[in-house]
Amino acid sequence: MTYKRATDQLPIPPKNATVKNVTCDFCIVGCGYKAYTWPINTQGGTAPGENAFGVDLSEQQGALSGEWYNPAMYNIVEQDGKPIHLVVMPDKDCVVNEGLNSVRGGRMAETRFSGQMGTMTDRLTSPMVWRYSQMLPSSWDDALSLTADVTRRVIEEWGEDGVLVTMFDHGGAAGGYENTWGTGKLYFEAMKIRNCRIHNRPAYNSEVHATRDMGMGELNNAYEDAELADTIFCVGANPLETQTNYFLAHWVPNLRGTSMDKKKAMIPGEEHAPAKIVFVDPRRTVSINACEAEAGKDNVLHLPIKPGTDLVLLNALLTEVVAQGWHAQDFIGRNTSGFDAALAANKTSIDEAASATGLKAADIRKAARWIAEPKAGGKARRTMLCYEKGLIWGNDNYRTNSAIANLSFATQNVGRKGTGCVRLGGHQEGYVRPSDAFIGRPAPYLDEIILSGGGGIHFIWATDTFKSGLNASKFRREYRRRTNIVKEAMSAIPYGDREAQLDTIINAIRRGGLFSVDVDILPTQIGEAAHVVLPAATTGEMNLTSMNGERRLRLTEKYMDPPGEAMPDCLIAARLANALEASFRKAGHDDWADKFKGFDWKTEEDAFNDGYRKNAKGGEFVTYDRLRAMGTNGVQEPVVGYENGKLIGTPRLYTDGKFGTEDGRARFFPAQWRGFDPADRGAQQEEFPFLINSGRKNMIWQNAFYDQRSPFVWERFKMPPIEMSPGDMKKLGLEGGDLVEVYNDVGSTQAMVYPTAAAQSGQCFMIFAAPVGQHGNIVSRGVNELRIPNYKNVWANIRRIGRVPDADTISFKDLEYPQDS
Amino acid sequence: MPKCDRLVDVGRRQFLRGGAVAAAGAAATTVAPSGPAKAASRARVDYPSTRLANVKDLKVDVPLDIEYPDADSPGVLLKLGQRVPGGVGPDGDIVAYSTLCPHKGFGLTYSAADKTLNCPGHYSRFDAEMEGQQIWGHSNQNLPMFTLRIDDKGDIHGEGVDELIYGRTSNVIKG
Repeated sequence: MTYKRATDQLPIPPKNATVKNVTCDFCIVGCGYKAYTWPINTQGGTAPGENAFGVDLSEQQGALSGEWYNPAMYNIVEQDGKPIHLVVMPDKDCVVNEGLNSVRGGRMAETRFSGQMGTMTDRLTSPMVWRYSQMLPSSWDDALSLTADVTRRVIEEWGEDGVLVTMFDHGGAAGGYENTWGTGKLYFEAMKIRNCRIHNRPAYNSEVHATRDMGMGELNNAYEDAELADTIFCVGANPLETQTNYFLAHWVPNLRGTSMDKKKAMIPGEEHAPAKIVFVDPRRTVSINACEAEAGKDNVLHLPIKPGTDLVLLNALLTEVVAQGWHAQDFIGRNTSGFDAALAANKTSIDEAASATGLKAADIRKAARWIAEPKAGGKARRTMLCYEKGLIWGNDNYRTNSAIANLSFATQNVGRKGTGCVRLGGHQEGYVRPSDAFIGRPAPYLDEIILSGGGGIHFIWATDTFKSGLNASKFRREYRRRTNIVKEAMSAIPYGDREAQLDTIINAIRRGGLFSVDVDILPTQIGEAAHVVLPAATTGEMNLTSMNGERRLRLTEKYMDPPGEAMPDCLIAARLANALEASFRKAGHDDWADKFKGFDWKTEEDAFNDGYRKNAKGGEFVTYDRLRAMGTNGVQEPVVGYENGKLIGTPRLYTDGKFGTEDGRARFFPAQWRGFDPADRGAQQEEFPFLINSGRKNMIWQNAFYDQRSPFVWERFKMPPIEMSPGDMKKLGLEGGDLVEVYNDVGSTQAMVYPTAAAQSGQCFMIFAAPVGQHGNIVSRGVNELRIPNYKNVWANIRRIGRVPDADTISFKDLEYPQDS
Repeated sequence: MPKCDRLVDVGRRQFLRGGAVAAAGAAATTVAPSGPAKAASRARVDYPSTRLANVKDLKVDVPLDIEYPDADSPGVLLKLGQRVPGGVGPDGDIVAYSTLCPHKGFGLTYSAADKTLNCPGHYSRFDAEMEGQQIWGHSNQNLPMFTLRIDDKGDIHGEGVDELIYGRTSNVIKG
């Protein structure tokens, strides 16, 4: 049976409902929403004067209504301990999403904690500690003092390198400026913790080191540029599913031709046409299909590149653009360095590229023309170059990232309207931390430290590496073994005897054990191994600031209580710092205790004022009050002033041609092709028949932490789908809904066969970070020189192990919208 | 306007360039509700029982425009040609759905090739053979399906809805 909510009517927000600004919890786009709350025993009516929208709700509303909300946008939650109605619905006045919601953001209300409605009732509501052989609720004081005492003992014996940290570095829920600052101040200022990793990679490093080293930040344009570009050149990204409303509200109008008036008005004096678009992706995605539906096939060029060879293509495009004389010679001379050397080093002919990438030479030439051939009157084309995980998690990250930046510099496709060289992003951003320069480069490979028995205590912040790691089977096994050594030791000693407990824990660590502290909003798989679990609040339960993919800073206002005793991460970090200060002082280490001063925050705003206001560029202009007044449109960073009651921002970067290098010149980098990195993938490709690509699917956010608790999603994807071509399925005797094992030399995992006509033979696609079938199990430990993993170029074999339960209730029809509709 | 089959004639791109359209027209209901709506004290809405068509009017894969629960709520009656979950009639293959996309209210079109309802606004797809399950799309709910009853004469009556219809806070908005 297909899941239906069986709701036939909803309460109406009254005219005097409280309205708060909300930025979506989830992806980088950060769509604007409004949260309406009102007391449980009051209600609005259908007459315009009786409801919060001022419209006649007794009438059927038209398409794109800004006033319609549905059951997934409604919940009953608590505010100041009392049940209230909540509606979280997209804001039609937000310039980011123009009233659109994705299938993810449109479920924010029903993914809130509600004891009344039974949603997310397994949220963590109190600290838990390991005692009497099980995890039991405890007080904050108890859990924090145990954690602090163990941390102190570890530092006393092994120094700060005995402390391991896995933590988010992003914005949106489970991140944001308040929380990255809170954790950053604890681990990078009070302590100097080198052995860290980020939520989706095994070291504390950038996904885009190269473009930064070349002087170009990776989020350098405005979403509006997608409406203004002549061409969009998109590498390894699937924006319809992963930046949905950026694509729908800003790319589609340009493809459809409805942004022409805007182009003419904003960029007078040159010819304009609806956009052309190039996709570089081994996989035909729903984004490509949608672009064909909008722009016509003649204006969409899909380059189904041989996996891992993007670098060769990008170098060939650079070579061709320069050979044709289409490069921005004045700009290169005036604003860049290293052009000649990079051009010589990266020289790649079209024929060489065609051979290496499997693409047609004519298509590569066509891509070069679409990117750089001047328009009438010799006017430079405006091309937006963008990329995401297909490049970032693909082969040879540093050089491939260099190569796309080279192409943007050579064509001056940065700093001008309708251009940019940007990553498209996953999470929102919200990074402000003390310097991490002491970590060094390459940063330590944290997973390998854990696997080799290093470290004494491991903190995990809003991350589940059992789902999202690489070499994941081995990591899980070893992590459970090491933490279990400590659990068994703790269970043998009365919990109330703290000194005996500490001695026991430290002894267990000496024998190879690991003490684990997990901070999260929900139970996680890695959290099952933890000895202390601390409950965090999420956005909406606290005030939270983040920025989106065009650096748009907004404040999501608190509109409900956190569950139980859950607290914002920044305040958990502060209370932990307080406990560490107390523990060191009690032990007579005043010098150490003093390091933990400065954590006297009472609210998340205190953390914002201590972190963002004092440390972010332009932060001195920004306050909660000023951001609140800027609503869901916020302001684009860096903020440069405050005038007439408004914060003044920066729509796009590098408009003056000055880049982030010492001499202000953008740097071209040599980026020669070196084959597969790590090299073992070449052998894997020879040995196993199927590429097992990975990425996101529209319906599921991140590692499905909410979605696996949502019947609407879970009935479709209770097992992670693996997209396969019908021909490959036939060869293996498979049907849609079959459960298969995917296995290679690294490990094995499971997935549900989803027939996909657009899939190439020999190429499959799985969800990244699925809860019940981790792609990471078959990803080898190999990383690049800066410890960036290659999650994409993985090969494996496939065999049937059965049928997915209730598979017959799942639709396995094609995902693509029929273009002839 | 928009009706699921007429939309094809209008042309998808022209339709979209026209911007947001009103969700429904002014066609009259064919049959009055079975009884007067009761006072607001009832916990669930009272759905009208509305004659939508006769089984003889239906041909396999030829969508028939309907309106339910009232004239402002366009829908489609489909005979799919093989028994499906929720299907009624002698062959268990008759189903009815709202044709307002539950994402943003654009009119859905029927694709006989794979028996799906598709949204020209943002490419969402719903499976007509699987109770309106969203195959791919932006809607945070599956497609509202109309509950059907077939009487002795073969008349098909709409008698309920299993999800909130796009654009209304109550499935029955006309007293």
